[in-house]
Amino acid sequence: MANTTNKYENIPVEKLRFAKKSDALHDKKLSTKPVSYFQGAFRRFAKNKGAVVGGVVILVLVLFAIIVPFFTPFTPGYYDMTYNYVTPKNDLFVDAGIDFWDGCKEKEANYVGFLKDQAIAQETGREVIKRNEYTVSEDGSVYSYRYNTYYGVGFGKYKIISLEKYMAIQQYQLETGRQVLYPIVDVTARPTLEKNKYDANIYYVTEDPKAKTIRPKVDTEGNIIPNYWKYTEETKSKTVADYNSLRIEGENGITQNGETYYYAYGRIVDGGIEIRAEYYEYYIYEHVMEKKDGIEEPSFFFGTTDTGKDILACLAYGARFSFIFATLVAVANFIVGVIWGSISGYYGGKIDLFMERFAEILGAVPTMIVITLLKYHLGADIPQWLVLFIAFFATGWIGMSHTTRMQFYRFKNQEYVLAARTLGANDFRIMFKHIFPNGLGTIVTSVALVIPAMIYSETSLSYLGIINLEAGEITSVGTLIAAGQKSITADAGFVALFPCVFLVLLMLSFNLFGNGLRDAFNPSLRGSED
Amino acid sequence: MYMFKYVMKRVGLMLFTFFIIVTMCFTLVKLLPIPTNALPGQDPAIVMKTLEGRGWITNVREGANGTFKYDRVPILIQYGNYIKRIVTQGDFGIATTYGEYVNMPVWDVFVSHLPPTILINIYSTLIGVPIGLGLGILAALKKNKWQDQVINVFIILLISLPSIVLALGLQYFFCFKLGWFPLTMSTSDEYFTWEVFHSMLPAVFALCLGSIAGYARYTRAELSEVLTGEFMLLARTKGLTKRQAIYRHAMRNSMVVIFPSILSEFVGVLSGSLIIERMFTINGVGGLYLNSITFQDYDFFMLLSCFYTLVSLTAAIVIDISYGFIDPRIRMGAK
Repeated sequence: MANTTNKYENIPVEKLRFAKKSDALHDKKLSTKPVSYFQGAFRRFAKNKGAVVGGVVILVLVLFAIIVPFFTPFTPGYYDMTYNYVTPKNDLFVDAGIDFWDGCKEKEANYVGFLKDQAIAQETGREVIKRNEYTVSEDGSVYSYRYNTYYGVGFGKYKIISLEKYMAIQQYQLETGRQVLYPIVDVTARPTLEKNKYDANIYYVTEDPKAKTIRPKVDTEGNIIPNYWKYTEETKSKTVADYNSLRIEGENGITQNGETYYYAYGRIVDGGIEIRAEYYEYYIYEHVMEKKDGIEEPSFFFGTTDTGKDILACLAYGARFSFIFATLVAVANFIVGVIWGSISGYYGGKIDLFMERFAEILGAVPTMIVITLLKYHLGADIPQWLVLFIAFFATGWIGMSHTTRMQFYRFKNQEYVLAARTLGANDFRIMFKHIFPNGLGTIVTSVALVIPAMIYSETSLSYLGIINLEAGEITSVGTLIAAGQKSITADAGFVALFPCVFLVLLMLSFNLFGNGLRDAFNPSLRGSED
Repeated sequence: MYMFKYVMKRVGLMLFTFFIIVTMCFTLVKLLPIPTNALPGQDPAIVMKTLEGRGWITNVREGANGTFKYDRVPILIQYGNYIKRIVTQGDFGIATTYGEYVNMPVWDVFVSHLPPTILINIYSTLIGVPIGLGLGILAALKKNKWQDQVINVFIILLISLPSIVLALGLQYFFCFKLGWFPLTMSTSDEYFTWEVFHSMLPAVFALCLGSIAGYARYTRAELSEVLTGEFMLLARTKGLTKRQAIYRHAMRNSMVVIFPSILSEFVGVLSGSLIIERMFTINGVGGLYLNSITFQDYDFFMLLSCFYTLVSLTAAIVIDISYGFIDPRIRMGAK
C-alpha cells in the first residue's frame, strides 16, 4: 500500500485531469441581458399588432389636431351663411377631374331648376354644371348633373355697400382683371314677391314676375333673356351709380337705333350702393382685400355646416381641445386619485373605511347631475369648459383612487415591504418608493383608458346641449355631430360623416392601445407569447 | 339568514347613500336664486303666493313699483316641508318655468313621460337578449371556427362604435336614405299601435345593437370557459350526450354570471338613453330632464335627479345581491 501511495512524490501536471470535460465548474454568466419590468412591457406591447396600430392612429389624430390649425386660415369662429352646406372640395381631385371630393354634388332638378343653374353658368362663365354634362330622364322632367355647390350659390342676394367700397371694388377689378360686379336689374323689372325681389340670381326676364316660383322666359332658341338695367348717357337716372371698371363680355356700350346703351352696375340707395356681386369673387375680394385673414379662396376641405362653418377647422380645433382637455382631466384625476387611493389603501382600517364611504357616495351621484348643478352655480361666472373640467374632476378621480387602492392592498403585505419597514423606511418612502412603482403599470393603463371615455362624455354632453363649448376659438366634436344630425334632412351627410369618423377612429384606437398596454403591463403574461 | 342580513345591509346602505345625495342636491338647488319672475299672463302676486304656500319663502310684502320683497326660509325647514309633502301627499312640487307644463304637478308630468322610455328599452331588451345570448352561445360552441370569427368581428365592430355614431348612422341610412322608418318617433299617445311601434324601431335598434354585442361577448367568454371545465368531462363520461351536457350543465353554470347583468339592465332600462331619446326625439324622461335643465325648473330637476340616482343605485346592488341568490358558491356576508 505504502508503495502505491508513494509512487509519485510530486504528481506531474500532465497526470492531472479535470473531473469533467469542461474546464470550469462555476456558474455560467448569463448571456442574455436582464429585462427590466418596463423593457418587458414595451417588448410585449410591440408584439401586439393591434395595439401598435392603435398607437399609430392616435399619433396621427394628435398630429392632425396639432398641425391643421396652423395650416388652415379658417377658425371655429368663422362662418358664412351664404356658403352653408358647401360640399367637401379637394383641389387634387378637382385638378384631376375626378367626380369625387370636387365640391360638387349629384343634383336632380326639373327643367326650371336646371335652367336657373344654366343661367348662372352662362352669366359667370363658370361650370355650375360640371363639364356641362347632364342627362335628362326619358319623359324630360328630371335633369341630373353634378352641381358645383361653390359656383351654384351664384349671386346670393343684392348687397348694399358703402360708396368707398364700391369704388375700391372697381379699382380691384381693374388691377386684377377679376370681375366681381355684374349689371343689376332695375327695381321695377324685378319679381314682385318679397322673397324673390332681393334674389340677385334672377337677372333674366321672367314669365310671371308675380309668381311664387320664378320661371325664366326663354327665346325661340331656348336661351334666357337678360333683363339688365340699361341707360343712355342722356336718360341716365340719378340713382345709377357711376361705374368705370370691367364690364361684362361684349358690353362696352350697346348700340341700338343709333343710341349707345350702358348697363347699370350699382344703384344708389339709402345707406350706400346696391350691387349685384358674384359671391365667389366677392368672397375672395372680401377676404383678401378687406378682412386680410389669410383666406384666399372659398375651398372647404371637409365642406361646411348648416351655418357655414368650416368643418375641417372646427374638427381640428375641437380635436385639439378634446385632447388637451382630456389629458388635463386625466392628469388631475391621476394626481388626486393616486394620493387618495394610496393613503386609503396603505393605512387601511378606519381611515380606509371613511375614505371609501366618501368616495362611494360621491361616485354614486350621476355625472349629469353634478354637471347641471355646477352649471347652475358657476355657469354665469366661468367658461363652460371649466365647469366641465370641474365636473369631470369631481367624479373622475374616484375610479383612479380605486385602482390605486387595489394595487396598494396587493403589495403592502409583501415581504419586500416588510423588509423596507424593518430597515427603518418611513411610510412615505414605502408608499412612493416601494409600492407605487410596482402598481404604476396598472395605474397608467387606467389613465390611458380614461382619456377616450372623457372625450366621449364631453362629446355626448355637448351633443345633448347640456354644455355649450362653442365660444370663441373653442368648439367640440359633439357640437359638430349635433349640427350633422340637423343636416341629415338637408341631404348633407358629410357634415356628420367627418366628426363621426374622427370619433370612431379615436375610440377604436384608444381601446386597442389601452388593451395592449394592459396586457403589456401584466407580468403574468411574460413569456407566454414566445 | 346571513343572506337576509346581507341584503338588508346593502339596501340600508343604498338608502343612506341615496338620502345623502338627495340632501346634497336639494341644498345646492336651494342655494340658487329663487325664480320669481312671472311668465307672461301670470299675476306676480299669485306667483309670490304660490312660492310662499309651498314654503320656499315667507313674509312677502309688496314694495314700490310692483316689486316684491320676501324672506327666504332656512333650507333645512324647506327640506322638511319638501319631504313632508312627498310623504303625506305624494306631492313632488309643481312646474314653475318649464314652458308647456307650468303649474302642473311634476309627478304627473313625469309619469306621463315614462311609457315611451320604458317601452323602447323593453323592446330593445326583448330583441337584444335572445340574439345576444344566441350569438354568444353559437360562438362558444363553434370556437375558432369561421362562425366564431364572423361573430367576433361583428362584436368588435359594434362595441367600438360609439352609440352616438351608431344611432346617427341608422337614422341616416334607414330613416333618411332608404325611408323605411320615420325620422323621429311618432308623438301619438297610443303606444301599442303599429304606427307608433314602427316609428320606435330605429331607436330600439340603436339601443339593442350595443347590448347584443355586449351579451354576445360576455356569453362567449363565460360559456367557453365553462365548457373546458372538468365537470363537463365527467358529464360526458357518465354518459350524457354533448347536447345534454351543454344544456344541463354548461349553460346553467354560465348563466350564473350572465343573468345578473341582464337583471341589472332591466332596472337600468328605466333611465333610458339620453342620446337616443334626443336623436329620435322621443318624448320620454330623458327629454324631460334635458328641458328641465334648460328651463331651470328646480322641482323637475329634483324629481328627475332622485329618479336617476335611485335607478343607478338599484342597478348596482341588484347585480351584487343576485349573485348570492343564484350562485350558492358565492356566500356573501358569511363568515
